[in-house]
Amino acid sequence: MERIDNVFYSYANKSSGLIDPEGIEALCSDLEVDHTDVRILMLAWKMKAEKQGYFTLEEWRRGLKALRADNVHKLKKALPELEKEVKRPTNFVDFYSYAFQYCLTEEKQKSIDIESICQLLDLALGFQFRAQVDYFIDYLKIQSDYKVINLDQWMGFYRFCNEISFPDLSNYDPELAWPLILDNFVEWLRAKQT
Amino acid sequence: MERKVIELDQGWDYMQKGITKLKRILEGSVEQFNSEEYMMLYTTIYNMCTQKPPHDYSQQLYDKYKDSFEEYISSTVLPAIREKHDEFMLRELVKRWGNHKLMVRWLSRFFHYLDRYFIARRSLPALNEVGLTCFRSLFFRQNFDTFCILIQIDKEREGEQIDKALLKNVLDIFVEIGMGQMDCYEQDFEAPMLEDTGVYYSHKASSWILDDSCPAYMLKSEECLKKERDRVAHYLHSSSEAKLVEKVQHELLVNFSTQLLEKENSGCRALLRDDKVDDLSRMYRLYHKIPKGLDPVATIFKQHITAEGMLLVQQAEDAASNQVILSFEFLFFDSQVLIRKVIELHDKYLAYVSDCFQNHTLFHKAMKEAFEIFCNKTVGGSPSAELLATFCDNILKKGGSEKLSDEAIEDILEKVVKLLAYISDKDLFAEFYRKKLARRLLFERSANEEHEKSILTKLKQQCGGQFTSKMEGMVTDLTLAKDNQNEFENYLSNNPNAHPGIDLSVNVLTTGFWPSYKSSDLNLPSEMVRGVQVFKEFYDTKSKHRKLTWIYSLGSCQLIGNFEAKKIEMVVSTYQAAILLLFNTSDRLSYSEIMTQSNLGHEDLVRLLHSLSCAKYKILIKEPISKTVSPNDIFEFNPKFTDRMRRIKIPLPVVDERKKVVEDVDKDRRYAIDAAIVRIMKSRKVLGHQQLVSECVEQLSRMFKPDIKAIKKRMEDLIARDYLERDKENANLFRYLA
Repeated sequence: MERIDNVFYSYANKSSGLIDPEGIEALCSDLEVDHTDVRILMLAWKMKAEKQGYFTLEEWRRGLKALRADNVHKLKKALPELEKEVKRPTNFVDFYSYAFQYCLTEEKQKSIDIESICQLLDLALGFQFRAQVDYFIDYLKIQSDYKVINLDQWMGFYRFCNEISFPDLSNYDPELAWPLILDNFVEWLRAKQT
Repeated sequence: MERKVIELDQGWDYMQKGITKLKRILEGSVEQFNSEEYMMLYTTIYNMCTQKPPHDYSQQLYDKYKDSFEEYISSTVLPAIREKHDEFMLRELVKRWGNHKLMVRWLSRFFHYLDRYFIARRSLPALNEVGLTCFRSLFFRQNFDTFCILIQIDKEREGEQIDKALLKNVLDIFVEIGMGQMDCYEQDFEAPMLEDTGVYYSHKASSWILDDSCPAYMLKSEECLKKERDRVAHYLHSSSEAKLVEKVQHELLVNFSTQLLEKENSGCRALLRDDKVDDLSRMYRLYHKIPKGLDPVATIFKQHITAEGMLLVQQAEDAASNQVILSFEFLFFDSQVLIRKVIELHDKYLAYVSDCFQNHTLFHKAMKEAFEIFCNKTVGGSPSAELLATFCDNILKKGGSEKLSDEAIEDILEKVVKLLAYISDKDLFAEFYRKKLARRLLFERSANEEHEKSILTKLKQQCGGQFTSKMEGMVTDLTLAKDNQNEFENYLSNNPNAHPGIDLSVNVLTTGFWPSYKSSDLNLPSEMVRGVQVFKEFYDTKSKHRKLTWIYSLGSCQLIGNFEAKKIEMVVSTYQAAILLLFNTSDRLSYSEIMTQSNLGHEDLVRLLHSLSCAKYKILIKEPISKTVSPNDIFEFNPKFTDRMRRIKIPLPVVDERKKVVEDVDKDRRYAIDAAIVRIMKSRKVLGHQQLVSECVEQLSRMFKPDIKAIKKRMEDLIARDYLERDKENANLFRYLA
């Protein structure tokens, strides 16, 4: 326990008592992981970190205890296992949903701007559904109906990737409760295909 | 004295003599049985049955009774019938049957005692039944050919005369022999007859369908059906009618239904095209009783009407695109023509539905669906809702339809309201109608108040009170406004100091009833400022808590122009007046000066200046002279203007309000969809997506057809506003959040 705390304080900002973005960058370089790497997001998930770019002591303790790591070396070794854990279907939905909420920085914020969503999609889903993510990002950039994406649409896209056969889209039915943005996305894709 | 026992052989011998005599009688002998002979025969049987065993010969006698028939039938009757042919055979059959019945009657009288006790005790068939059954089993069960009966029937079908009474008698045998059941008739006659009928008509139909036109074929079919029904009346059993008719219908009408109805140049489509009312009525009569028989006819009917309607729409569209667009006037002309033609089309086919098709729901439905297709098309950029509203405006305004009688106008209004039923964007119609009604009411352009009220009543009946409540409010407002004006005039006469120096009349309207208008930032001419002020003072004495918003764009004004030749009174809009009055202080003004001084925007200004300098009456001279107004123009008062009239009206073309109306209606629809979704979810609590969408569409269908995407968008909005949430397990399920 003490060791975990010590590691925390080695990265934490002295005045705020939290690990701030600078501290996280330092941690990343020690872990030999890019700070935009999805594994950091996964770490945040494991910690149940509330605020993007910051780790509190409690969150830190939670995460490292769960990963059974009390130093950076062990933490680094725990990352592959963490990845595997997140990718398990039962956990992934939770992680995916967490990824969205983690990016909500303002108090009453409920949606995320298109630009950030594109980055987040790439990060969170890119490895699993590369094609769908790439096309969807293209679409998001050229469409003008929506300037922000909300949680329902975010989760809807994951469902889309899981349930709809790609790229033929043969089992997509716009009469069902798919979010409108996905209906429009499918229309756009189909138009491209002809 | 003890009775002497009669031995079986002995007794039977005696009976046999009687039977033989009976046979001779049947064959034509003039002998008779007298009562003594009869008694003897009866008593013989009686004795033989009542003797003590082993001499009670009931069973044997019963069997011998039966044998008598069998023997006679096989040895005499059958051969007699078989050796003849055709009609003669049938005659023989009838004769022999008559004989047989007689034989049964007599023998069963002789053997009657058996009927009294023996058959009941042994649960055996009665003598009568035995006798008849013999005939049946020997005769019919030996593959009796109904063939020769059928030949007769087919002969009659070909037009030859046959002996109908004979056939009736023969068929009566089939019925009688069933002894209460119809099975003999049905199996041994009717079934083969139906099959033969099928073959006969199938053959006929195959050649007729190739050679005959549809009407000719139908006529033949109708005749055939009539003849078959007559056949039943003349000699077939009545129970055959339904099956026979069905068979004939099947071969003539069902099997060849498609070829018949779709015949090139004479089929259903052609008949509709050529208005062949009689043939279509016949078609209805023939197919009416066949299950689903009318479906293809109704489909063709619907296609035909749709095509005719689409043609009208296309013609109007072509006219619209060919015209050089000047102003609104062409639209008015064309919409008159189109709507009038659609009304005529409606009347025409309604008559078809009632006359040819007996008001059958299938055809009402076909017509409705057809009209719904082409009545919702846009023509020349105008949605059909707008065209219809414009049409109404033309009828109701002055100079519109004064040549028509009141009845004719009522009739047209009635028909127009009926057409509204086919238009899905009823709310759009309401909005256009309201806008035009406002202009009619405010500029006193209504031709007849009664007609205005009448159409509102009709609309209310068709679409409900909510549809017309605002419009009715508008009409009432005007009446109240008149009272108000009277009070204002009284106020002025009681307070002469307050008089503003101009004649002013004001219509105070209830905001909620009237379409929305932008309140203008017009710089009111000084002459009018006082007027507005005075009215406001007056109005405040009446009610303290109301806010007045002045809509100058709807006002009109009478100005006197002092021209060199003569004074002329000009009736203009308030905006036009505002501009003209500027020239009281300067003779010459540039576009930008006018703009600054009047505080009007470019769109309004161009239109106004055009009406005063480039149109019929050039009150102002524009520099440079051209057909359009540009921001660099200079305007000068034209003192040389004159006209032979003392009073002229300077029209201001109306701004195309279509865009605004469509926007307003879209906005209202968003609210309506929200309200519907919330209403539904509040009562259902949890509902699947598709059900929610379909209930929403249904609830709103009275006013418009909501776009599915629009509903989805509103749902998303409601989710974001925490009215609804998507179920965690089932993405297609939604939950109401209280």
